[in-house]
Amino acid sequence: MCGAPKQGGGLAGIDLSTQTVIQGSVWHDGAPVAGAYVRLLDATDEFTAEVVTSPEGEFRFFAAPGEWKLRSLAPVGRGERVLTAEVGLNETTVAIA
Amino acid sequence: MSRNDVLVSVDWAQEHLGQPGLVFVEVDEDTSAYDGGHLEGAVKLDWKKDLQDPLRRDFVDRAAFEALLSSRGIGNDDTVVLYGGNNNWFAAYAYWYFKLYGHESVKLMDGGRKKWELDGRPLSKDPVERPATQYVAKDPDLSIRAFRDEVVASIGSKNLIDVRSPDEFSGKILAPAHLPQEMAQKGGHVPTAMNIPWSKAANEDGTFKSDEELAKLYDEQGFDESKATIAYCRIGERSSHTWFVLRELLGKSDVKNYDGSWVEYGSLVGVPIEK
Repeated sequence: MCGAPKQGGGLAGIDLSTQTVIQGSVWHDGAPVAGAYVRLLDATDEFTAEVVTSPEGEFRFFAAPGEWKLRSLAPVGRGERVLTAEVGLNETTVAIA
Repeated sequence: MSRNDVLVSVDWAQEHLGQPGLVFVEVDEDTSAYDGGHLEGAVKLDWKKDLQDPLRRDFVDRAAFEALLSSRGIGNDDTVVLYGGNNNWFAAYAYWYFKLYGHESVKLMDGGRKKWELDGRPLSKDPVERPATQYVAKDPDLSIRAFRDEVVASIGSKNLIDVRSPDEFSGKILAPAHLPQEMAQKGGHVPTAMNIPWSKAANEDGTFKSDEELAKLYDEQGFDESKATIAYCRIGERSSHTWFVLRELLGKSDVKNYDGSWVEYGSLVGVPIEK
């Protein structure tokens, strides 16, 4: 289904030999940001997916190998990070300045 | 039909909370969002549990829709204001669904839950009880719902609009990227479909772009005014968003949503697929 599942939690049941998982957390002022909107943009800057961070500030996407951009939008501000993902687990952090 | 008939702003919504004759309805797939805080007085609809048949892959039938709205305290004369998460995907789906069963007055709250939250507007955890009604639905209006045979027959003749992301359109990924990529059906798109992602019609805060921007968007992407239109995505909710834009905001005639969408089409034996 297209509704965002709960963010955070373990990776049990996820096959990291086939899935390209991009996950991490959103930080601001030294603390994780809960309830931030995080969107995944493809190499052409087009929207691919969006989730809301968990109480611990976590997000997770199931993408494909390649170039991606994460953009976070929250009442405290916005942040961006570009990354290259490979099959398996790709962990990162998005900082809101 | 104009924007003011079908959309309300978050300012308007906040000013009109609790007004008699107005029912705010939050539509999500995961109702934990509603349970964690909702617009004061809003009732909830669960996209899957309330709006999908529990056995077959289809809508709930007319009697079940009547029972659902009656139990939520929604009357035939009420104005329903829908909002939800995911940039209003599911609220737009519910809008289309309410129209399908003939509800007169229904509107979307522009920007949905996201805009409301980003603005820091108040949310309530108080339980909402509305007295039950005797809702009467109409027969489904199939002029706004497309089925698979019509989609196959429309290849090369109607505006087929695939509103998924470019990577789903090309078959690189099979589902939106917040979901595991493990679906069994084929990747790709219906031949001759244009890829006009739903997201191009929305601003980052989840509100719809202006009528001028929207008209320009579809014009530039090759939308043919002289042809009927079918929009699809993966399961029919993002294409409801585009259906809303084309029919309700831009006033195009003969626009259908194909809710079977790629999950159905990409699993059919023998139909053509492009990648």
